[in-house]
Amino acid sequence: MTEPAPDLVAEALACRRGERLVFAGLSFRLSAGGALLLTGTNGSGKTSLLRVLATLIRPAEGRLIWGARPVEAEGAVYRAQLDFVGHQDGVKPGLTPREVLAFWVALRGIERSRVPRLVEAALAAFALDGVADWPCRWLSAGQRRRIALARLVAAPASMWLLDEPTSALDHENQSRLERAIAEHRASGGRVVVASHSPIDLGVVAATLTLDAFALPPDYAIAG
Amino acid sequence: MAAFLGLFRRDLSLALRQGGDTGLVLGFFVLAVILFPFGVGPEPEVLQRIGAGIIWVAALLAALLSLDRLFEADYRDGELDLLTLSNLPLELAVLAKCAAHWVATGLPLALTSPFLALLVDLDPGAIAILFVSLLVGTPALSLIGSVAAALSLGARRQGVVLSLLVLPLYIPPLIFGAGAVEASAVDGGARAYLLILCAISLAALAFCPWASAAALRQALE
Amino acid sequence: MINWLANPARFMRLSASAMPWCGWTAVIALTIGLFWSLVAAPPDYQQGDTVRIMYVHVPAAWMALSVYLFVAAASAVALVWRHPLADVAARAAAPIGAAFTFICLATGSLWGRPMWGAWWVWDARLTSVLILFFLYLGYIALVNAFDDPSRGGRAGAVLALVGIVNLPIIKFSVDWWNTLHQPASVLRVGGPTIAISMLVPLLIMALGFGLFFLTLLMLRMRTALNERKAAVLRLNAGAARGPRPERARTVSAHTAIP
Repeated sequence: MTEPAPDLVAEALACRRGERLVFAGLSFRLSAGGALLLTGTNGSGKTSLLRVLATLIRPAEGRLIWGARPVEAEGAVYRAQLDFVGHQDGVKPGLTPREVLAFWVALRGIERSRVPRLVEAALAAFALDGVADWPCRWLSAGQRRRIALARLVAAPASMWLLDEPTSALDHENQSRLERAIAEHRASGGRVVVASHSPIDLGVVAATLTLDAFALPPDYAIAG
Repeated sequence: MAAFLGLFRRDLSLALRQGGDTGLVLGFFVLAVILFPFGVGPEPEVLQRIGAGIIWVAALLAALLSLDRLFEADYRDGELDLLTLSNLPLELAVLAKCAAHWVATGLPLALTSPFLALLVDLDPGAIAILFVSLLVGTPALSLIGSVAAALSLGARRQGVVLSLLVLPLYIPPLIFGAGAVEASAVDGGARAYLLILCAISLAALAFCPWASAAALRQALE
Repeated sequence: MINWLANPARFMRLSASAMPWCGWTAVIALTIGLFWSLVAAPPDYQQGDTVRIMYVHVPAAWMALSVYLFVAAASAVALVWRHPLADVAARAAAPIGAAFTFICLATGSLWGRPMWGAWWVWDARLTSVLILFFLYLGYIALVNAFDDPSRGGRAGAVLALVGIVNLPIIKFSVDWWNTLHQPASVLRVGGPTIAISMLVPLLIMALGFGLFFLTLLMLRMRTALNERKAAVLRLNAGAARGPRPERARTVSAHTAIP
């Protein structure tokens, strides 16, 4: 019997971008199977929070705790169980979707024999079979977005961090994404999605509106 | 290991598919060397005296030209984030990219150098030493260059900042590389210079991936 | 103590009182030192009066290296502990260090002409100091090359730490290679070999240069902090005209100014 995946707990996170604090005092708990939806206006810090959760940015204050230990202590183990899909697609114009996904799967340390099957499954999940061998420079923005999302299926990870995943997606593909998220949560995975367009995540654990954690204009200044 | 080779192969195939990149670097290399006889006069004695230095400086500048594409594409399209988060330690990822960069840039420079050496009238012994010195020294150029490329990622005038950062750091390999050819006039004199050049490349191998990875992490923050 | 200094307000108060002391002591030390070295100290038995360039050249060289160490140390503190003033300190110190390096190179060149017959030679010590000069310039260019100043600060910090390898090369270049530049006479194993009558004015000049550096450093840091305060006030003035979110929150002083 496998032990349940540890909860992700954020305590009073604050993030500094450039010279301003975009948010402060942000706390939440995310358990296995849970979902967190981040909303807010542009510049409220949705992307920054996702990057903090992905350990790409160190928070200015506060802690991120995973399984009762701070994330910095776990480092590689924590990163190995998460998948991050940012604003950009990470798709090279000179490669084909199949090559992009195969490279990604190899990068996640999956053995060579399993790679082709996983790549095919990922391509099928987002209906990319038809264009799998075209160079990516021939593909539309929506198709490239689907390749970025196909990475989630190709190399499974237990926590998904998605930044505006539905941008450039048509209705049908948005449904495919929502189905993939639902299946992921059903199998115990968790997901954090930042989106300012509507997305159906099923039963959502919490919706965080980041504007509420912004600093008011008259914060105290020293000196 | 598979991840390392995968990244190496991918970067190499991207560089070669883009095709023009290696060609541009070699084109610049040849043109830069050709400029010197027009500048210093075509007397064979003069050219022979400074030939090794000319070829080394031209190789440095040509290597410099290709450095900004080392991390730029991955940074722009978000793949650098994914590389940082993958199983492969970022230091090894940098090493794989530098290796691919060397095969696509440094190695062709070294291979072209004997032909250019004919243009400056070096004798066969010197040409051999020149080739070996470039072969041993260009990995250091790719590695040291990767640190400067990582530091200047996203800068306003990346090309200029990159040059300002990297050219002073290129001086040690230049001194020993060009010096090796001069010293080869004495029998066995080049050996010490080549060994030190090897040492520089090995030190770069040990130090630079770590420094570049630190710079990349700061770039992503 | 570093943590205690982290508060920008406290730093401003301390530096406001320390700066006049530092400044005036520097002026006194430099005046005494210059008089002693240019007039009172004995001429060298070989070089005659040309040796008096040493009293500017050597302290400038010491400062060039020490300031780089300071920049590197401040960079380490900025990267690892995220100390809010460390980045400001490193950026403030770098141009001063570059100036000292330039003075060292220029006075060295002026000294070299009568001594060696050449304005410049490509020996190990001179070449490595020239590389140090370019490291300073590269650092200054890098921190100013980004639209986001904190990104520039971080990149510069990494560069400063990477460039540390140059310092031992400079220091020991006269020992490792056959150089034209003379070997160390003061900071060496076995004690100084220079005469006391020359060592004392040299040390006084070094003290003057050091205090001058500290004064200038504090001045530049205060200016930088005041500029940031002005920018924050501008930001506030702009935001205050916009809509206010419901939750008010006070933020402690030392996080308000990054």
